Parts: sequence; C-alpha cells; structure tokens
Amino acid sequence: MKLKVNGTEHEVDVEDDMPLLWVLRDELGLTGTKYGCGIAQCGACTVHVDGLAMRSCQVAAEMAEGTEITTIEGLGTPKVQHAVQEAWIEHQVAQCGYCQSGQIMQAASLLDEIPDPTDDDIDIVMSGNLCRCGTYPRIRAAVKTAAAKLQKA
Amino acid sequence: MGRVKTIARRSFLIGSAAIVGGVAFGAYMVSRTPENPLEDGLTEGEAAFNPWVLINEEKITLITPHGDKGQGVLSAQAALIAEELDVEFGQFETSFGKPSPAYWNHAFADEGVPFKATDDGIIAESMREFVRGITKLMGVQGTGGSTSMPDSFIKLREAGAVARETLKKAASLQSGVPVAQLKTANGAVELPDRTALKYTELAALAATLDPVEQVTLRDPKTWRMIGKPMKRLDVIDKSTGTLPYGIDVAVDGMVYATVRRNPRKGGEMTGYDATDAKTMRGVQDVIEVSGGIAVIADNSWRAMQAAEAIEIDWGPAPYPHAQEAHWEVLAKSFEPDLLDSKWRDDGDVDTALSGTNTITAEYRSPYVAHAPLEPLNAVVHVTEAQVEVWTGHQTPIMLTEAVAEITGHAPEQVIFHNQYMGGSFGHRLELEHVKQAAEIANALRGTPVKMIYSREEDFAHDFPRHIAMGRCRGHVASGKITAIDVNIAAPSVMRSQMGRAGLRIPGPDAQIASGAWNNPYKIENFRMCAFRAPELAPVSSWRAVGAPGAGFIFDTFIDELCHAAGADPMEERLRLIDHDTSRKTLEAVADMSNWGSDLGPNRGRGVAFVESFGVPMAEVVEVTNTDQGIKIDRVYVACDVGTIIDPVNFENLVQGGVVFGLGHAINCEITYQDGMAEQSNYHAHEAMRMYQCPEIIVKGLENGTKLRGIGEPPVPPAAPALGNAIFAATGQRLREMPFHNFIDFV
Repeated sequence: MKLKVNGTEHEVDVEDDMPLLWVLRDELGLTGTKYGCGIAQCGACTVHVDGLAMRSCQVAAEMAEGTEITTIEGLGTPKVQHAVQEAWIEHQVAQCGYCQSGQIMQAASLLDEIPDPTDDDIDIVMSGNLCRCGTYPRIRAAVKTAAAKLQKA
Repeated sequence: MGRVKTIARRSFLIGSAAIVGGVAFGAYMVSRTPENPLEDGLTEGEAAFNPWVLINEEKITLITPHGDKGQGVLSAQAALIAEELDVEFGQFETSFGKPSPAYWNHAFADEGVPFKATDDGIIAESMREFVRGITKLMGVQGTGGSTSMPDSFIKLREAGAVARETLKKAASLQSGVPVAQLKTANGAVELPDRTALKYTELAALAATLDPVEQVTLRDPKTWRMIGKPMKRLDVIDKSTGTLPYGIDVAVDGMVYATVRRNPRKGGEMTGYDATDAKTMRGVQDVIEVSGGIAVIADNSWRAMQAAEAIEIDWGPAPYPHAQEAHWEVLAKSFEPDLLDSKWRDDGDVDTALSGTNTITAEYRSPYVAHAPLEPLNAVVHVTEAQVEVWTGHQTPIMLTEAVAEITGHAPEQVIFHNQYMGGSFGHRLELEHVKQAAEIANALRGTPVKMIYSREEDFAHDFPRHIAMGRCRGHVASGKITAIDVNIAAPSVMRSQMGRAGLRIPGPDAQIASGAWNNPYKIENFRMCAFRAPELAPVSSWRAVGAPGAGFIFDTFIDELCHAAGADPMEERLRLIDHDTSRKTLEAVADMSNWGSDLGPNRGRGVAFVESFGVPMAEVVEVTNTDQGIKIDRVYVACDVGTIIDPVNFENLVQGGVVFGLGHAINCEITYQDGMAEQSNYHAHEAMRMYQCPEIIVKGLENGTKLRGIGEPPVPPAAPALGNAIFAATGQRLREMPFHNFIDFV
C-alpha cells in the first residue's frame, strides 16, 4: 500500500492491521515516533493523521492509507523548528525525552484547534500523554509560550 | 591483582555495613592509576590527556562515562570539564566512552558505609576513604545512587584543567611565550598579542608531552558555567525526535526479536507449541532462551504478534504465588533472628513505652514497577571475533562481563556502545534483557539482533521496588514526642539485585530502613530496628531505593505522634532536628509555604522531611478535599545539595521527582496473583498525569559542605507529605500505599 508521510509517498508491503507506529519505525526507519505501551495509554507514539493527533499504535496501516501523516520529523527539524519545538527548547522541558515527541505532536494539534488554551484545556488535552520523568510543569509552561509564539506569527 | 580483584568483587557490597572487617588492600594497589582507555586506538597526532579529554586536529571530544537516563548528566559532566578546559557548548563532541576501570565511581563509597551521609566525622570519612579504595580497585563503573555529580565534581574539573595546562605547555613550546603569559578561552590558547592557537592545532604537539598533572582548580567565584542556567546538550534533539535511544539503533542486516519468559519470575518453561507462530508472516524462527522463548522476525510488531500466539506452559515461581502471602512473610519477620541492624537505641524505650497510653501503627509500602517509557531493549551482534552491544545501561563493565559469559568471548572482546536511556528509575541496572538479547544473537551469529520487550513483558519482568512493613510505637507527653520505637521489615533489595549479578551480600542492608535510620531527629528515647525478611519475589533498586518505603513509614509516624501530642507538625520536627543543614531546609519550606496560615475550609497541608543520598529534603503538600476526591493544589520543596550545577535542570529534576513520588503513592502497586504481576501496562500502574499535577515551587539551598546528586532525593518525602496533608484536610490517616485504595482523588 501507499502511505504519505511528511509529504513523501512511500510504498510499503505490510499487513492491513499492522499499526502505523510499526510501519513508521521498522519499515520506514522514522524512529522519532516512540513505542511506549501499544494500547493508547502513554501517547509516546502520537502523530498527526490529516492534521489530527492520533496514537499511531491504534491506527491500522490500511486506515492510514490515503491520509496525510505527519510525524515529529515532519513537524520541524533541529534547524527549522516548529513553534512548539522552540518553546520546548526554551523551557528545557525534556528529561529523558522519550515521551516528548508525542507530547509535542499532541501540543501542536491542541494549539491548532484551540489557539489560546486555558489551563484546563491544556490539562485535559495533554493528560493522555504520560511523562514518567514528571516534566508536566514545564510542558504546561511551554504550551503557553508556544501559543503566544503562534499567535504572534 | 586478578585474584584480589575477584575476592573484592565477590565479597563487595554496596549499601551495607559488612564492609567493615572486609578484605584489606595494600595502599600501593589502591594508589595505582587504572589505564587510560583512550590510549588504546589513538591515531597519529591525537592527544588523550586523561580518560575524559581527547583532542585531535579535527575536534575536541569529551568523555562523559556516566549514563544519561534523563537526569542530564551528559551535559553536566561535559560542563564540569568545559569549565576548566575553557571550551563552550557547541565547540566539542561528547561520547559515553568505553567501559573501563578508569571510570570507577568515587562516590559509591558514601552509600557503602554505615554512617549517615551527613556525618563528616573522622571515623565516617576514613571508612569512606577505605571503601573508595575498594571501588577503585574493583573498577566499579556505574551510574546510580545519585552519585554522578558527587563522583564527577572534582575529578572532571581536574581532567579539564590538566588538558588545559598541557595545551598551554604545547603552545608555549610552539610560540616561545612563557606559560605564565598564556590565556585560554573558546577552545584556544591565546598569546599576549591575541593570536589564538586552537586546541585542535596544538593537539599533535600536546600528544608528545607528559600531561601537566599539577593543577589548581579555579575559584568558584570565577565559574562561568557551573551554577548558571545551561542549555542541555540534548535538548534540541530531544525536542525534534532526532535523538536516538537504544530502541532506535539500526545496524545493517539487523533482524528483530522479542521474548516471552515465565511471568513467574525465575520459573521454568515446561513446554510450548510454536507451530502456528512459525507460519506467521515475517517470522524467521522461534528459539528457546533462558526461562522462555524468543521470536525472530523482520519487524518488531510481527515478532510480538507471533510471541503472543505461542502456547506456553509455565512452571511455578520460586516465591509465594499470592500477594497476601508476601505480606504474611513480612508480618512474621519482626523476630530477633531476622534483625538486620539496630540503627538507634537511645534512652530507655521499653520503660518509656511500658505505660497504657502507647500509640501504635502499622504501615505498608507496596511493590512498585520502574516502567521507564522506553521498554527494555538491546541490539547485539555476535561474530567469532567480537560482540557488539548497543543499549542504554548503568553498569557497562558488568554488562560486558555478562555478555561475554554467554557468548564465550573475553570481556575485552565485547564492544559496548552505551546509548541515551528513555528513563530507567533503576531498571537499567539490571542485565536480564541484555543477556536474553545476547543469547538470541549468539544463536544467530553473524546477524545483528534488535530485541525489544513488549510493554507487557517489561511489566511482567520488572524487578519492582521491594515491599516494606513498619510497626511503630510511640509516646507523647506535655505536647512533645518523648519516645519512639520504629521497626521496619523488608526483603533485602541489595541481596536480590547483587545476587543476580553473582555478588554475595553477607552483611546488613542499609536500604531496608534507608530514609528512616538516617533521620536527623534527636528523641529522648529512640529505637530503630531493621529486619531482613526472607527473599520473596526478585526486587531491584527503584528511584531512591529504600527511602520511598521506609521514609514513608517513619515520617508518617512522626506526623501521627505530632498530632497525638497536640504539637504543630512543623514546630515539633524543628524542635527535634539535630542537624543544622537539615533544619534550614525545614525552616525554608515553612517560610515558603507560609506554614501556619489559614488555608480555608476543606483544605490541609502536610510536611515531610526525608534525607536520602545525603540530601536533606523537606516538602509541604497542600490539598483540598473536594466532592470528587482529594485535589493536590501545591507543593513546596526546599533541599540542600551543597552546590547546584545547573539551576534549570535542578528545578526540573526536583519537580519531576515530586511528581514521581506523588503519582506512585496515589495509584501504583505491583501485586502477585498465581505468581504473576497482576499489572501489565500503564492502565493499571498509571502514576501521575498532567491533570493531577500540582504547582511545584522549588528552593535549592547551598549550605551543605559536600556536593550531592538530586536525581533521587526529591522522591521519598512526597508520599508522606501527601498523606500528612490528607490527614490534615480530612482526619483520615493513610498508612498504606497506594492511597487510592483508601481515598478518592480528583
């Protein structure tokens, strides 16, 4: 089947029900998207499917066919960062960093839908993403900074 | 040397008092410097000034041998070298280096002696010096026990200074300008006429010189990096998905594998049927590994799917199958023949507690999983000539030895590429997963294998934090605590953990009552005993090891006695505290939290103080008792690490530690049924999510005389502070974690 990831079309030969997560990681080598739980409990595998944040461990490959998939690698790069990534760097959010790809993808999607989120909006939307290191205070602050950056832009 | 090393290793124990009277070593052996691992493989014109600084004509490489699990020690180690070497972030590369005795951990000694970390008297100090000699002799390279910064603080600055002075000598030889007239900055030696000679240009000449070993470290007042906010070297890559962890490693020709092993840990596999699994798409083979099977496939998901499809018969566990039986073992462990240590015996406790108004309480601290978000994994490639291993690990030398034993190579033939870790919390001290990957790769010689645990396997094969039970008695009179008798029973985590590594642990285990015995209180009649319960399910060091359990027991009981006495919990703790640095942290947190002010209806605040790894740590938690349950509003933290390396990372680690401590206290436990952990994924072992996360206000003090690590100490006081706050708000006393079994949370 054909999958369009970060603007590039890829031909992949996988089962219809292989989770998008594993297509990205093991077939396409896009390892920025992380495996944490496999059951949509941690959010480490969050990607955008047609602009919407989804847990890629729960998206079957066949469901992703024909969509626009964006991973952390497609959101921004070390040289050309997305506003959310800039904010994450400014606030020095990451500790181990393993959850942060998912956190950033979720936050970017949140700000797309709610450009000026309240504290409650942030807590509700971001609570699906576990951070075992406990960087939540910094994530909250970074989301607000990113919101301000995006509104200025 | 080899034999002495073996004896030392076999009888060595970390966190135990039995080191006293152990093997004695000649000073000549201890004073010998281990070989510099960078010397091996140096190319023409490349200078290895010491095991931490490598410069050639192209670049500067700083070796940061302490593993980075998220605590930021890669950057902090580099900063310590860079401070003295006069290079800036961006002007050098880093490497975790090769496993080597040269990277022996100087600071493990502080946890290896039966003295409070805050005791810097002559007996305690000389015992630490003795243990340091042993750890050096054994070449104990390891990351853990919040020791990375205490270990590195002096030696890495010295490493930077030695390299700088040697480069200056080279510049002097090259330019004819005396060393005294040379300056260094930005990776270059500066001549009086402002000509800059880059270190990389001087490397070839410097490589021919003996390193200048006599160096003086700079006055802290002149530090340009240490103590200032830093930008962690990994932060951009970690924010753009470009930083590879062990699980992301890709090697040409690699196959994917996963394992399923007896969830009754240590039990046998008695039979299996992989007929269906072997026909599944992408599956290359199903092989036996110790205690179970491994599936080899062309994709991790296919391997996991096939592993699930295999029917397997598991033998019994070598420990009680039901959780209640584990608690029964602990309940029966408060017996003289199981006495591990009597840490305190002040005054006359028996007489003081002989009256009728004795206050008693029993506490329980459960098994808890490490569950780092990056599931355990390893990439291993075995050939006839060598073995290569890629994974994130905390004890590199032990890893190479364990792998060599499986593949039949010599440890020196095992090349270990340490990786960034997606968390550990202690689980990456363990070697089981690496051994399994080595078994698979050894069966597939010539083909690199990436072995990943499914999250379910990660939970099933965690060696969780040990369970602990506390039985406490106390007496109060005239508004004061007058007598306290604390008894804590737990299996020995050190015996379990070191036992898996083949190390014998004969003596007491200071971790059984860590966080309790090392408290700074002076109480008229005070007895504290640790009882070593028989081994149960295998357990391992979990962030802060003994202190989260024993600290919860001890501090909660102190709080109960304060309330029984009618004393203010903060004032009574301050009255009892007998250590100046500790008192200041408690005073600071009282001040920050405006302790004593009215919080309004349905609200409460609780204080806890627990010292671990030499860090006095005081936390105040504020809660509201709402219709939907307890809401944690705010946490204030004051602690003292002597010197703060990077205030930004420091705050992040303290906040994260508080979140970790609170989250697990609220809703995490591992319970055994039929010999297997009942919790298989995060839905059943959730810890804190953002909606529950309070505001956390941190104050770092620098009154302590020694520099301490901050990775673990914020964890232990969080649970008792929360429980004490809930009591203040509701009148309900929580004596067992996780709290959500007894009270609702928002």
